[in-house]
Amino acid sequence: MTGEASTPLLKVENLLVAFGRAKAVDGISFDVAPGEMLGLVGESGCGKSTTALALMRLLRDAEIGGTAHLNGVELLGLDEAAMRARRGADVAMIFQDPGTALHPMIRVGDQIVEALTAHLNISRREARKRAIDLLRKVGIAAPEERFSVYPHEMSGGMCQRVVIAMAMACAPRLLLADEPTTALDVTVQAQILELLQGLVREEGMGVILITHDLGVVAGMTDRVAVMYAGAIVEMAATEELFATPLHPYTHGLLRSIPQLDSGWDEPVPTIPGSVQGAELQTGCRFAPRCAKASDACRTPPALREIGENHFVSCWNTP
Amino acid sequence: MTSEAVLDIQAAAPPRRTSAFRRLLRHRLALLALIVLAVLVIGSAGAPWLAPHDPEELDIANRYAPPLSEGHILGSDDLGRDVLTRLMYAGQISLSVGIAAMLVTVIVGFSVGAFAAYYGGWIGTILMRLTDIMLCFPSVFLLLFVAAFVTPSLASMALMIGLTCWMEIARIVYSQILVLKSADFIAAARMIGTPSWRIILRQILPNTLAPVLVAATLNTANAILLESYISFLGYGIQPPEASWGNMLTNAQSDFQVDPWLAVFPGLAITLAVTSFNFLGDGLRDALDPRIRDK
Amino acid sequence: MARFLINRLLQSAVLLFGVSIVGFALMHLAPGGPLAIYTLNPTVTAQDIERIKVLFGLDQPVYVQYFKWAGGLVSGNWGYSFFGGQQVREIVLDRLPATFLLMGTSLALALVIGVAIGTLAAVRRNSVFDYATAIGAMIALSLPTFWFGLLAIFFFAQTLGWFPAGGMVSIGDGSLLDRLHHLVLPVVVLALVLVAQWSRYTRSSMIDILDQDFVRTARAKGISPSRVLVNHGLRAALVPLVALAGLQLPLLVGGALVTETVFSWPGMGLLFISVLSTRDYPVLMAILMVGAVVVVLGNLLADIVVALVDPRVKLHDE
Repeated sequence: MTGEASTPLLKVENLLVAFGRAKAVDGISFDVAPGEMLGLVGESGCGKSTTALALMRLLRDAEIGGTAHLNGVELLGLDEAAMRARRGADVAMIFQDPGTALHPMIRVGDQIVEALTAHLNISRREARKRAIDLLRKVGIAAPEERFSVYPHEMSGGMCQRVVIAMAMACAPRLLLADEPTTALDVTVQAQILELLQGLVREEGMGVILITHDLGVVAGMTDRVAVMYAGAIVEMAATEELFATPLHPYTHGLLRSIPQLDSGWDEPVPTIPGSVQGAELQTGCRFAPRCAKASDACRTPPALREIGENHFVSCWNTP
Repeated sequence: MTSEAVLDIQAAAPPRRTSAFRRLLRHRLALLALIVLAVLVIGSAGAPWLAPHDPEELDIANRYAPPLSEGHILGSDDLGRDVLTRLMYAGQISLSVGIAAMLVTVIVGFSVGAFAAYYGGWIGTILMRLTDIMLCFPSVFLLLFVAAFVTPSLASMALMIGLTCWMEIARIVYSQILVLKSADFIAAARMIGTPSWRIILRQILPNTLAPVLVAATLNTANAILLESYISFLGYGIQPPEASWGNMLTNAQSDFQVDPWLAVFPGLAITLAVTSFNFLGDGLRDALDPRIRDK
Repeated sequence: MARFLINRLLQSAVLLFGVSIVGFALMHLAPGGPLAIYTLNPTVTAQDIERIKVLFGLDQPVYVQYFKWAGGLVSGNWGYSFFGGQQVREIVLDRLPATFLLMGTSLALALVIGVAIGTLAAVRRNSVFDYATAIGAMIALSLPTFWFGLLAIFFFAQTLGWFPAGGMVSIGDGSLLDRLHHLVLPVVVLALVLVAQWSRYTRSSMIDILDQDFVRTARAKGISPSRVLVNHGLRAALVPLVALAGLQLPLLVGGALVTETVFSWPGMGLLFISVLSTRDYPVLMAILMVGAVVVVLGNLLADIVVALVDPRVKLHDE
């Protein structure tokens, strides 16, 4: 399921997003196969959410470069009307905070209906019926009653289920899930992830799961791309990445996951320094925080294939 | 993560005074307003030395002289008095009333708001209810009602306008202090043992002053407008003493004879009020740390 | 909802009680008190004054006077004019429709234009249109209404002769067209300030809303931009504006007074100015109180409207 055999569902090449002079995403390339779930991992501010919003063409005041083919259609080259026809229909997005992602003054059912009628030529009654089906599908009990409830009358987990239902409404081929569980209680997180995984399998859609939480990635995704300061520094199948991480940054990330078997007073290892200003670096962007940095790191390393489908951009890996 | 937190704290540090002033100067419209106000203030305050005529000097031969006439740059009025001279002297009155009334609104509003927030309880409730009640009266009605019974003078005008327009500042001060009392950085300051006088001086006062300063500037604009209207109706500054408002009292009949007489005082009011409003707007932008980066 | 209504009604009642006390105090604190017109008149003897005092009940304790006065206000007995002895209630209420017509028309006009300008300015943030309307609004807010009215009369009535210079109807003509013709100038003058305020408020409220996550969610659904703007943006942005409209009422009422005096519009404001010189206390007090009641009831109405359109307000019910 690495997407090499069949034609990819999404093929992103050299994606570049700049806000004024700051490059939030600096020429990244990756692809997603049909039915594949790709994890996009990194610290906040590394450009992973920006990548998703750029693919949705929902960024304001940003310059976008490169290409992104979805089923052969170049998303970044579409005019706004054509892109609008794709949003929700071919590519949908789940947002981070369900508390603010839903309109507070519109009944949740109507918000789903709107997602349906935007692309499907169906009657309001039919749309209502489908919306209720969707609510049931995302595990909301008594969907007929919940249809006419307002977001503030539901819990965060429930709201996120509604957001998922909305994203699923037109059965898009590609789903962008931007930190779908970060704003939720830990107990609810697992439920939502389970729901998401089930739905994705059922529908066979491609997914980009954006998260800063490697724990989420481990249990869900087929492949992982690790981002640092607007660039992908390592990409591999999930098991491979966890078993043999090659990039020092990936190493650091993996080490900073708190372990249950470590002593309570042992500090969790951290990566010294901060990502801030890294995009101004001329060489390897991680070099200032890297313990292994050497003279070679003054020239920027390219992403190269080291193992089978294992890519890394570091001079100091074998 | 830790270093990010450190950076956040630095970003949240209160802006320095000098930079607030510099931001104000960068605000081009506010800067322009400041220049216009300076000209108006110098022109009014310096009227005895700068004005081309005596404000009461009659020139019966040259009544209703149009603007750009010889000896009367902005023309003369129904008694042949020089319009520019009278505008300058009127500016003394109108600007003084505006600023004095603003001071009254700040003193009364700050006292009521701070007292209510500090003591709370039933005193606070009563004070803030009084504020609500006063806000129900359209201030023009209230002002005219009182003005009709008071012998008008500069001081009484300022006092009356001030006493009908303090409510907004009271509300601002009240809510600011309530918010500050429970703000995290105040709690943090307490926790590390900062003495309360220092908290009041360094944290509460500066944080309350900014919005009050903005409101005070806008109040000045409003007070000038109110004074001009009351004087226009004849309940304010009495002729022969000139105010921008009472120079317009005969504007309607003047239109037939000399429309310019109705134009210049109105322009002076608009210029002064617009300047104070733009200045207030610029101050708001300069002092509000949240919109600093926009 | 019922509880919310009762709660708000009670608050308004308390406010009105306070308003009546302040009004009553004002009447008695004014130099000369309610009898100033007589005490200052040299032809009225001391005995006459005593008789008038008894006649008006001014010899009784203050609280008795208050309750008599307040009771009269509530029961509709607002006393008699010092001049001509007409019922105050009749004099004042006769003028109310004209004032409401002027205020209502101006407010409606200002709402439509102001909200449109504000929305456009918010959408085209930092455009020439945005700056131009911002500066225009600031100048409009700084214009003395009475002076602007005078200029309007000079140009459009006296010089161009397009509109009548004042009044509500021409003598001998009471047709709808004639009334509309008279309405134009005063409405435009009063509406100018309101348009300026509303465009500013709408702009800032819309900017707040357009940055919200739920607007991004709406765009992600692929619905049309106008639908996003109106159905999602304006719907949320207008709620705080309705409440604000209530708070702005004193300015509207005050502005109507100024406009009426300039255009000889036969409303409450013109009446107020005409009786001001005679210090006809009962009439002045009645107008002052009616003005305050309009403000209180307007605020109540605004709150009820907010509660009706914003589902979140109903939370208090449970």
